[in-house]
Amino acid sequence: MSPAHRPVRFGVVVFPGSNCDTDAHHAIGTFPGAGAQFLWHKDTDLAGVDAVILPGGFSYGDYLRCGAIARFSPIMQAVRDFAADGGLVIGICNGFQTLVESGLLPGGLLRNMGLKFVCRYVNLRVENADTPFTSTCDEGDLLRIIVKHNEGNYAVDAETLARMNANGQIVLRYADASGALTDEANPNGAVENIAGICNDTFNVFGMMPHPENSVEAAMAGGADGRRIFQSMIDTVLQRAEVAS
Amino acid sequence: MNVRVHVTPKKGILDPQGATVERALPNLGFEGVSEVRIGKFIEFRLDPQGKTAEQAKAEVDEMCRKLLANPIIEDFTFAIDEG
Amino acid sequence: MSPQYVNRRADVDAAVKLGLTAEEYAHICEIQGGEPTYVELAIYSLMWSEHCSYKHSRPILGRFPTSGPRVLQGPGENAGVIDIGDGWAIAMKVESHNHPSAVEPFQGAATGVGGIVRDIFTMGARPIVSCDSLRFGELDEPRQRYLLDGVVGGIAHYGNCLGIPTVCGEIYFEPSYEGNCLVNAMAAGILRTDQIVRAKAAGVGNHVVLIGNKTGRDGIGGASVLASQEFDETLEEKRPSVQVGDPFTEKKLIEACLVLLHDHLVVSMQDLGAAGLTSSSSEMASKGMVGLDIHADRVPLREADMEPWEIMISESQERMLSIVEPGKLDAVREVCDRWDLDCTVIGEVTDSKMLRVWWHGEMVGDIPARRLADEAPVVRTPSVKPAYIADDPVAVGDADYPAAKDLGAALLELLAAPNIADKRWAWEQYDYIVQANTMQIPGGDAAVLRVKGTTRGIAFANDCNGRHCYLDPYRGAKAAVAEAARNLSCAGALPVAVTDCLNFGNPEKGEIYWQFEQAIEGIAEACEALDTPVVSGNVSFYNESFGNAIYPTPMVGMLGLYDDVSVHIDHGFKDEGDLVLLLGPDGAWLDGSEFQKARYGKVEGRVPDVDLEAERRLQAALRAAVGRRLLKSAHDCAEGGLAVALAECAIGSGVNGGARYADPEARAQGGAGRWRGTDVELPEALLAAPGQPLGAAGRPDLALFGEAPTRVVATCAPGDFEALEALLGDIPHRRVGVVTGETLRCTMKGNELISVTVRALRDAYESLPGRLA
Repeated sequence: MSPAHRPVRFGVVVFPGSNCDTDAHHAIGTFPGAGAQFLWHKDTDLAGVDAVILPGGFSYGDYLRCGAIARFSPIMQAVRDFAADGGLVIGICNGFQTLVESGLLPGGLLRNMGLKFVCRYVNLRVENADTPFTSTCDEGDLLRIIVKHNEGNYAVDAETLARMNANGQIVLRYADASGALTDEANPNGAVENIAGICNDTFNVFGMMPHPENSVEAAMAGGADGRRIFQSMIDTVLQRAEVAS
Repeated sequence: MNVRVHVTPKKGILDPQGATVERALPNLGFEGVSEVRIGKFIEFRLDPQGKTAEQAKAEVDEMCRKLLANPIIEDFTFAIDEG
Repeated sequence: MSPQYVNRRADVDAAVKLGLTAEEYAHICEIQGGEPTYVELAIYSLMWSEHCSYKHSRPILGRFPTSGPRVLQGPGENAGVIDIGDGWAIAMKVESHNHPSAVEPFQGAATGVGGIVRDIFTMGARPIVSCDSLRFGELDEPRQRYLLDGVVGGIAHYGNCLGIPTVCGEIYFEPSYEGNCLVNAMAAGILRTDQIVRAKAAGVGNHVVLIGNKTGRDGIGGASVLASQEFDETLEEKRPSVQVGDPFTEKKLIEACLVLLHDHLVVSMQDLGAAGLTSSSSEMASKGMVGLDIHADRVPLREADMEPWEIMISESQERMLSIVEPGKLDAVREVCDRWDLDCTVIGEVTDSKMLRVWWHGEMVGDIPARRLADEAPVVRTPSVKPAYIADDPVAVGDADYPAAKDLGAALLELLAAPNIADKRWAWEQYDYIVQANTMQIPGGDAAVLRVKGTTRGIAFANDCNGRHCYLDPYRGAKAAVAEAARNLSCAGALPVAVTDCLNFGNPEKGEIYWQFEQAIEGIAEACEALDTPVVSGNVSFYNESFGNAIYPTPMVGMLGLYDDVSVHIDHGFKDEGDLVLLLGPDGAWLDGSEFQKARYGKVEGRVPDVDLEAERRLQAALRAAVGRRLLKSAHDCAEGGLAVALAECAIGSGVNGGARYADPEARAQGGAGRWRGTDVELPEALLAAPGQPLGAAGRPDLALFGEAPTRVVATCAPGDFEALEALLGDIPHRRVGVVTGETLRCTMKGNELISVTVRALRDAYESLPGRLA
């Protein structure tokens, strides 16, 4: 069977304290052409999955710094190798924090400007639709997805930020309902309303909002998050087609 | 004056952060670590405004009790140096 | 420490210091056949404290209906369990953490969440919902803002880390809670009906295994000292015993324990709550009719120099006690290792029927488990009706209660009152979406969740109007049950079971005991009439400070069910042209209303009595209408009366940004600019309702802001009105207006009473954060 005809397999990494791992697993299960499996943090290989999800939650209780202890898990070496080979890795919320702690994405995530955990609907403006994570969107599209975090205030030095902007690595920004990048629309004080970024090879992506809680229209989270996962599925299938 | 305040979880009070870090360090090959306690370090400048060293000390002590530390679950120590 | 100290015999003075009476001490000596050891006395003092023994409440709680065809487990276990169909069941329970939260609000509330969640997964259920009912003093007191901030932060810290959605709750502010805030944490979990685990030790020779955190001096004396005495100036001294919550360890415990339970690796399990090892071990022994030997010296300690009695009563959090067959110990260890959890054999099951405590090979305590549990004292205080209770409603005269002239301004004032204003500031700190089951987010009448893999759903609501319970504990408690059920029925869910948290003052006082008895009777009658048995709960007495009791606050948490959850509706107005209906009888009371308090600064009079038969019929009709998709929104008319209910429906039309509404256009626009208002013509009948002395005064302000039970504001599409009328039959209902553009307009006999834009209503409703700065 050619790779393009089997379901796209997502690996969801489970750290102690992950709590959106089952939600990510469930979300992938709502896509007919995809399936998910859990990867234990003490494992040392990725069991041949096509894409990796570092889920939300509080790995190691978020103690010391969010993601600071999780980055040393045995599985993370395999994730680094996978990413170096061009594999698709998405880090959501705590997963994003782990990716920046690991150095797989630039910058850092500071405590929210309001100093409180915030769980709220936000509008995400798609800044770059030409990535494996946003290919089903158009530039300027608004995705309505929930954020829920204590440390989502993205910060990065000016030089790196300028480079990221120039490269198109800023993928999602917080916007108001009309698409304007206002302070009110920014739930955590992130620099330039940044909600999601890619690495410079566009195969590692981190975002604070939770697309896995936004895959079913009947649910409170809506379904706009589907476009993120659908983009990843399309990318994997395209790559498989090219390869075969 | 320069003031440096250390705030730590009170002796005997559970410190989940410290306990988790204590478990993580051996996994990275650092052996022999025990009694990890994680607190806060706060530093600030204090204009003496004619206060004696004793008065300044009493004032910082009150700051710690009222705001900088939560005396219900935290201990604190501080040092003041002229500068 | 000398062995002599360990085995020291305790005299009556020691007993009194630990809160026991001389008679109780004599009874202990009789059971023990002589003076108890210090360890034994410590155990008795805790197990016979109000907190563990329910000595004042036990005889009266028997009044509750507790059984029914859906009840798989009633009171007496860690949580009640309800059959919801398709082989699934829900475990639910509420518990107070009032006193710990008054001492240290953040950790007190956090450990409250931790404790109730352990009660749920101990039953074998995966926790899926968390709810919190909170009461504080008035917000203009800085101390109250500090408590509110700490409590909400603590709930968020713990619940969010566990990944359990906090989807409902309530917060009220009254001066009576100033020295004694209330933190009632409720949780529910889901399990297969054949997965229920009961906390019963069995199998002589089996290991007693302690799993989770190490034991420190946390909460030493917590159960007997913190929970069973009123607050006074010694508050400061009681501080060192505060427990600190570790949600990360609890999250690991949930995962590990559910594997242990579902894979049948343990015989039974019990969490260590109030009175720690003492209560968990004695309850397991007594329920299982066996004995337990506990080797206190084998318990892993955080502080090396602890004494055996301290180890036995420590309330260190995140610990579980389980009974394990010797052949399965290795498998248990493997699961615990996977989750980096301590797992220690600390004793064994014996046939002695005694709870025996050992210390380095020496027996330091030897108590008949059954008698410790069964012979706990029962105390009944002669009840006395308090003098403040009024027999009649207040006489509304212009001297005491001058009529409000600017009704629009009065409405905005009420919407901004902290008891009515949007609590978004609090619930946006809670993760209400994790686990991907949430269908209605906080801020509405009920939380609605789906049950994955089925068409079913569940709903939760919690209610208690403390002011009403103060003015009339019987009527107030009855109304709390009726309102919780009404909230569920508004969302279309069938109310099926209750868990209650009964917060009262000092039960040794006749007036408090009277309040308690009356409230129990009210809850019992309402639960019988509405077919919602009480399956679990908690009594919290001694909620007093400086001799002043809180308002009696019997908090009712209720579970609702859907066979088909897709029918659920919320309270927000939907489409222009929809008809606005008022269901329920005419007439409204000033007594005990938010209007009385906010405008006139008074809490007095006689609150209305719920007509339970009318309530039952109204709710059944509501659910039938929702089930047939005849209604587009429904909202309980509660604090602030009809006008506030209408305003909340208008604000609810857009305030959540619409992601939870089906309207894709509203979603795309994020709800902005898409509020729906209404044009309502109030019938004159609202001014002059039969049997209602207020109405006779002919005051539109009272018709708008007065309160009454059994009333609902609903909307339907014009085309469905006929079918709806047929369904409602003789249930009182009026068509009062239509859903319109962006203004709320109320008229009577053509005169405009209120005309305010929904944006202005929203601004007033969301003004709470401004008061917290």
